[in-house]
Amino acid sequence: MKKFLPMLLLALLARPAAALDAAAVHELGFGDNDAKIAAIAALVAEGDPRAAGLLQAFADGELSTSGERVLVVKGDAGFDALSGAKLDVLPEERDDVVVNNRLRRELGTAVAALRLVSPKLETRLAAARELAGGADQAMLPLVKKALGKERDAQVRRLLELTAATLELKTGSRDSRIAAIRTLGESSNPATKPLLLGLLERRKDGTYAEPDAELRAEAQKSLRALNGRLAWGDRLSLAFAGVSLGSILMLAALGLAITYGLMGVINMAHGELIMIGAYTTYVVQGWFRNGPYFDWYLAAAVPAAFVASALVGMALERAVIRWLYGRPLETLLATWGISLMLIQAVRTLFGAQNVQVENPSWMSGGIEVMTDVVLPWSRIVIVFFAAAVLAGTWLLLVRTRLGLYVRGVTQNRAMASCVGVPTARVDTLAFGLGCGIAGLAGCALSQIGNVGPDLGQGYIVDSFMVVVLGGVGQLAGTVYAALGLGFANKLLESWSGAVLAKIAVLAFIIVFIQKRPQGMFAIKGRAVEA
Amino acid sequence: MKRRSFVKALTLSAALATAGLGSQSLYAADKTIKVGVLHSLSGTMAISETALKDMALMTFDEINKKGGVMGYKIEPVVVDPASNWPLFAEKARQLLTQEKVAAVFGCWTSVSRKSVLPVFEELNGLLFYPVQYEGEELSKNVFYTGAAPNQQAIPAVEYLMSKDGGGAKRFVLLGTDYVYPRTTNKILRAFLHSKGVADKDIDEKYTPFGHSDYQTIVADIKKFSAGGKTAVISTINGDSNVPFYKELGNQGLKATDVPVVAFSVGEEELRGVDTKPLVGHLAAWNYFMSLKNPVNTAWTKEWATYAKAKKLPGADKPLTNDPMEATYIGIHMWKQAVEKAKSFDVDKVIAAMAGQKFKAPDGFTIEMDAKNHHLHKPVFIGEVKADGQFNVVWKTKGPIKAQPWSPFIPGNDKKKDEPEKVASK
Repeated sequence: MKKFLPMLLLALLARPAAALDAAAVHELGFGDNDAKIAAIAALVAEGDPRAAGLLQAFADGELSTSGERVLVVKGDAGFDALSGAKLDVLPEERDDVVVNNRLRRELGTAVAALRLVSPKLETRLAAARELAGGADQAMLPLVKKALGKERDAQVRRLLELTAATLELKTGSRDSRIAAIRTLGESSNPATKPLLLGLLERRKDGTYAEPDAELRAEAQKSLRALNGRLAWGDRLSLAFAGVSLGSILMLAALGLAITYGLMGVINMAHGELIMIGAYTTYVVQGWFRNGPYFDWYLAAAVPAAFVASALVGMALERAVIRWLYGRPLETLLATWGISLMLIQAVRTLFGAQNVQVENPSWMSGGIEVMTDVVLPWSRIVIVFFAAAVLAGTWLLLVRTRLGLYVRGVTQNRAMASCVGVPTARVDTLAFGLGCGIAGLAGCALSQIGNVGPDLGQGYIVDSFMVVVLGGVGQLAGTVYAALGLGFANKLLESWSGAVLAKIAVLAFIIVFIQKRPQGMFAIKGRAVEA
Repeated sequence: MKRRSFVKALTLSAALATAGLGSQSLYAADKTIKVGVLHSLSGTMAISETALKDMALMTFDEINKKGGVMGYKIEPVVVDPASNWPLFAEKARQLLTQEKVAAVFGCWTSVSRKSVLPVFEELNGLLFYPVQYEGEELSKNVFYTGAAPNQQAIPAVEYLMSKDGGGAKRFVLLGTDYVYPRTTNKILRAFLHSKGVADKDIDEKYTPFGHSDYQTIVADIKKFSAGGKTAVISTINGDSNVPFYKELGNQGLKATDVPVVAFSVGEEELRGVDTKPLVGHLAAWNYFMSLKNPVNTAWTKEWATYAKAKKLPGADKPLTNDPMEATYIGIHMWKQAVEKAKSFDVDKVIAAMAGQKFKAPDGFTIEMDAKNHHLHKPVFIGEVKADGQFNVVWKTKGPIKAQPWSPFIPGNDKKKDEPEKVASK
């Protein structure tokens, strides 16, 4: 699409015949905003497809004026806006024509209206979508003309909707009723105010719309529309819950191993997440000018795991090892370490946040319903979280290392007696937990800020999830994370973000009072230290 | 040059001798004058305040190269209150009592300013505060070089309601949960009422500091906008802005449908954001880096050179913004006032500040109000461009006077437009 536009424009501009309205083009460059809008309408009414290229250039901010001429400037090349002829020299002295939101909106629909007759289906579909958002009364003839020729069902439906909104005010009674019915079949919230407008009462109690039958139709359509919109709301709420839950799970999964299985209160857990995010930033830097920038995550994911795991293992060897069984000292020591890590990153990378760009395939979203857009970045993270969970589970349940880890955590003395190298298993298990924190950091870098304080925001949430889920239980962590995600989002849409956070905390306090062992308690013969 | 500063120093010492000031200890023997810089260099606010510290140091350098203030070289004392509000008060006390600084440039959040205010009033210090704020305050010891609500928030809302701004009928007031957004929104609500907007068309929402998940909020804004032409007024502060704008882009909420005007988002805050989906969203400030005038060109160039020479983070893409400009203006006005008063004495400088003029990078010669300690500033409204800069779409004809006591808060009409305590004790 993007590439196609300038080509189209060039092709159009290259044609020497000047059929565009000279006065209108002049107004585009020199008139005030009202005059500009009138000029845009005049160009649309003329219906010359060449105007689409010019208006698109205007919307892209490529229009400028020099003396009495209006120019289109593309990079270093200049074109005369009226004739489309390429200029030999681009004048140095020129003023850009400022585009604001109002003009941009007018231009968007104007270009779309002109493109409705494009031979390319893709272009027509995009144009019809744009028009469904807000077409202008003057475009009705163009829309009708396009409707007469259109064969594609999807474009037709959009155009019918547009025509319906336009005819709602002006058409004959039959066409208005038909228009109301068509509106009732859409799931576009932009149509709601139109229907509401029909049902409005004036101050003196009379209806704005005198025809009772029309009002009844509008009422019916509104009910149908509201029902459909409510489903959209529920869907997006459910997705928001899953998304927040998956993020909480990623952040807490590493802690479920280091705290849940090993019993180390690691206050530096958040900082290991932060290290993962910074590793992603560094890896992104290596790929920046190469052709494979879109795939830098493939390298960043293992790098983040390894970097955080190495830092974690070094921590375990140097500090935590000497403090096993002394939770208070561990808490203080790891808290100190977290401060040191934050300051170290601050000196290395600066106090400002660093910019981690999404690969292009992760920006934007998929539109599952009109107006319900699920962002790709969040969808990818949900699947990533599931994959990390599956990997961790397999590692713990199906491998020798996992067996050792479970053995050592359940009964250290016995494991040691049967020949398990407990010290090494501790280091590896701690490294694994920290590595998973690194993976979380890699994922978080895609949706949030990457700064030295990144981890601070997640440490409390992570502990909350692990404690709520039940210490020592992977499954508990999963349920707790998803449960908290849903609860948070549900309350947020109800009572606002601030109260939701408080309510969730209050709930956890009550829950832990009633059930200190969390949702799932370890049953069996585990020896408590 | 040397000769002139020598003469100046002579006159100064003569003046001092005749005046017989008790504050002689202010001046070190080697002809330097200490001033304090009180900005968080670590913690959550470091992201915004570090640039102000660097801008202050650059301005001191510039003044020192031109002979200093009355021949005295400025010796900056930089302290780090670490985004910790009580620590701000402690550090301010240290600057005033131990370092005996002549003036302090600092603070960003209103809560930090409220924390140091009693210290400055008790010790009769001098603070220059460079950030837009909610008003409702006027201290004899503080000069406010940022915007009051009528120099930023109110014009922005008027623009949104105008034909060119999209003629908004419904408003979402979205902010971080602390004093500045709450007070600003209180003023805006009263202002909207005065314009005939009903309460059902105003949706006020707050998020905690550092909030990063804006899915539900953006979805709610979408839903709200189905009821009529809607605009969002954002007083989100700090790095929460990045996830908010990312979510707007991802969910496809375009500026042509629902424009967002922000009061705390400038060039620096957009550094971490992919701005292509944000084109057309608005910000209201008293300065934009993209303004075209000779003073701004020289100033941005000076900053770029300084940032490169000092190897500051982000020097490859040097940015200036509104609070940096306010810092720069504040320091220069202080210098002019000292030279007018021919003294570093706080009371004399305060008296000399009234009516100071300075040719600012915003393209105007702006003036310190004779009474209310605020600047007369021009207001600009800019739309985000694809390169993270702003395109000015509306501006006031000239500088406008600040109203620290907003007329939209009941009871303010009785308050005087000058500090309670008169400058001469």
